Amino acid sequence: MKSIYLDHAATTPMHPEVIQAMIPVMEGTFGNPSSIHHFGRQARKLLDEARHLIANSIHAKEKEIVFTSGGTEADNAALIGIAKKNRHIGRHIITTEAEHHATLRTAEYLEKEGYDVTYLPVNESGRISIVDLQNSLRDDTILVSIMYVNNETGVIQPIEEIGAVLKEHQAYFHTDAVQAFGALPIDVDALGVDLLSASAHKIYGPKGIGFLYIRDNVQIEAIQHGGEQERKRRAGTENTAAVVGFQKAVDLVKKEGQIRNKEYRALKELFIQTLKKRNIDFEINGDEQFTVSSIVNISFPGTNVESLLTNFDLSGIAASSGSACTAGSIDPSHVLSAMYNREDERTKNSIRFSFGIANNEENVKESAEQVAQIVKRLTS
Amino acid sequence: MIYLDNSATTSPYKEVLDSFYKVSQGFFANPSSIHYLGGEVEQLLTKAKEQAASLLNVLPKELIFTSGGTESNNLAIKGIALQHQNRGKHIITTQIEHPSVLEACRSLEQFGFDVTYLSVDIEGKVSPEQVKAAIREDTILISIMHVNNEIGTIQPIEEIAAISQQYPKLFFHVDHVQGLGKVPLHLAHEGIDLCSMSSHKIHGLKGTGLLYIKRGTSLYPLVHGGGQQEEIRPGTENVSGIVAMVKALRLTFDNQKNKIDEISKLSRSIRECLAADSRIYINSPKTGAPHIINISVPGYKPEVVIHALGKKDIFISTKSACSSKHSDESAVLAACGLEQSRTMHGFRISLSFYNTEEEINQFCRTFLEVLDELSDVMGR
Ligand SMILES: Cc1ncc(COP(=O)(O)O)c(C=O)c1O
Ligand SMILES: Cc1ncc(COP(=O)(O)O)c(C=O)c1O
Repeated sequence: MKSIYLDHAATTPMHPEVIQAMIPVMEGTFGNPSSIHHFGRQARKLLDEARHLIANSIHAKEKEIVFTSGGTEADNAALIGIAKKNRHIGRHIITTEAEHHATLRTAEYLEKEGYDVTYLPVNESGRISIVDLQNSLRDDTILVSIMYVNNETGVIQPIEEIGAVLKEHQAYFHTDAVQAFGALPIDVDALGVDLLSASAHKIYGPKGIGFLYIRDNVQIEAIQHGGEQERKRRAGTENTAAVVGFQKAVDLVKKEGQIRNKEYRALKELFIQTLKKRNIDFEINGDEQFTVSSIVNISFPGTNVESLLTNFDLSGIAASSGSACTAGSIDPSHVLSAMYNREDERTKNSIRFSFGIANNEENVKESAEQVAQIVKRLTS
Repeated sequence: MIYLDNSATTSPYKEVLDSFYKVSQGFFANPSSIHYLGGEVEQLLTKAKEQAASLLNVLPKELIFTSGGTESNNLAIKGIALQHQNRGKHIITTQIEHPSVLEACRSLEQFGFDVTYLSVDIEGKVSPEQVKAAIREDTILISIMHVNNEIGTIQPIEEIAAISQQYPKLFFHVDHVQGLGKVPLHLAHEGIDLCSMSSHKIHGLKGTGLLYIKRGTSLYPLVHGGGQQEEIRPGTENVSGIVAMVKALRLTFDNQKNKIDEISKLSRSIRECLAADSRIYINSPKTGAPHIINISVPGYKPEVVIHALGKKDIFISTKSACSSKHSDESAVLAACGLEQSRTMHGFRISLSFYNTEEEINQFCRTFLEVLDELSDVMGR
């Protein structure tokens, strides 16, 4: 059976051009970038070029980009790195209830280490309130970490406004932009962020590579020590080929990003309209006007996640309930719980559909028809 | 091109590239996704882990995939230290460990840990008696490398493991990054609790490593997130990198069985040829790993020699790539008690299963020629 992949927010297939860019590097430029001979210097050159392009894509400088093994490590490096470096200044951190687990679990770890963490609520539209943030800021707040785009709902947080609020405050501002990078234009200065996480496998790049942007002069305590790679902020032999693959993926966003967004938005619209035509009872979670083009999270009253996903899967539809990263378990979504409340039905009957390169009008329409049939069957 | 810097990094096997290519194309889904496509990838991961376990003669659940040797070392050392600090805060290691071990230990000193850095003899060896004598009531971890990356010294790991085994509170970690596939190690030895490995040193890809954690050994994670890999190492798995590593492991073990004598033979040729020249001192012990030959040529600037060799398409290194940037002195040679005329003028020649007798002959000839040319320039 051929599957229709509607789970691009979990991960994306590598773009053929990305694979094509990586193979010659693995074959021919395999030197260790730290080696001083020709082979090493060649590899170093590729790293430098990639760093240049990637930095440019968010209006940053090369030296502000630290490559990591992915989004999870980047989030950890930001939170732990800032917290440990600034413990003498203060121990208060602000984040939100709707973050990815890479941030939430790290914040919980820091609580155990004696930090005080405020988890801002989000409203029904999925956004935080600026007033809440202002009221939570304290003299000992050292870090505010708020994701740019939520991975379950696609809801965009008012990052620029938050950046403006924090301009007058000592606290560093980190944003988890794993779902935003490639989907929204990013200018770190305009946003006023000090740290920003991204991951390649969400934008048709390889798994196992990401970056953390760290504004010039912002110091972090590294979580991984060893050689002097990445200006001592992230030790370990650089993954040259993956970095080049990431570069290609970013390059493709530069070229195709706008077209992609238009396409994905249209596919999402088509999906929703098809459900509407079939008279299915459903409700979109999160304020749609604040969502990225590729993600929609839909609640189907009278159903539950388990039976929805099982039936979708049997029909060859690959979607998910929020974050793939909750590794196998289908607990009620913590994001939707934050938006509504823990008892709300929507936390247990919602599915995330995310569109991308594997989709076209035909398979999106087909999948919506299938979804409609299944939901009808389950609710009749 | 004659590449003799295989301890810095190796060129990937063709079969490794094939695996990478196949998995990247055909198995792109997120292994945590609970749909069919995710399930397929999860199975692939499980299979890869089982294969690695069977090759290493350990249990699948005793293996964690990481982003490389540096992360494995950091995770092992900090993970044990943080998890078991209530039992004691003393760590034993040696002065000639890789920076990823030394710097991980140093970072712990900041948090109140006391680290003993054992000295080594002129061949770079620690003795089991030294280790035993350093053990205190509050010692929780011994971290000692199997094969040294600069001079190839093999440490008496099994004897140290036998000692460690007598202290139930004590964990023993082995950095096996350079030994893997070259010098056998009985990983399942009851006294070995943790062991680090890296893919790019065995003709795999950069960005993937392994950490063996003996069943029943608990350690604190370095990063926190979506629960992958028993929460010890969360983050979306680098599936193609992992499958490629297991492929590299299998091929390397085949090579170790069939071709290790060839490396030993090449190693002997190099020694014989270079030892005959009065300008050259051989630093690597005869009992060391066959693939690493460290020499000193007092009076010759390593970078200049490396550069001259590079022009003739021959690639060797000074010391370990990771620490090549700073002062010219090799900390490893210094720890062996050698004088500055040798520690400042060290070279490392490191072999793979693919180097040939002709390459070695040509290298030896060219190396001596380069020394002659340079001494003319220097007016000796
Ligand atoms: C918002 C967000 N942050 C962090 C991550 C973690 O990134 P990675 O999978 O590269 O570790 C993800 C994806 O899983 C994500 O969606
Ligand atoms: C002995 C030893 N340990 C650890 C490492 C680090 O491994 P990686 O380069 O995969 O981070 C290296 C190589 O750089 C090494 O030679």
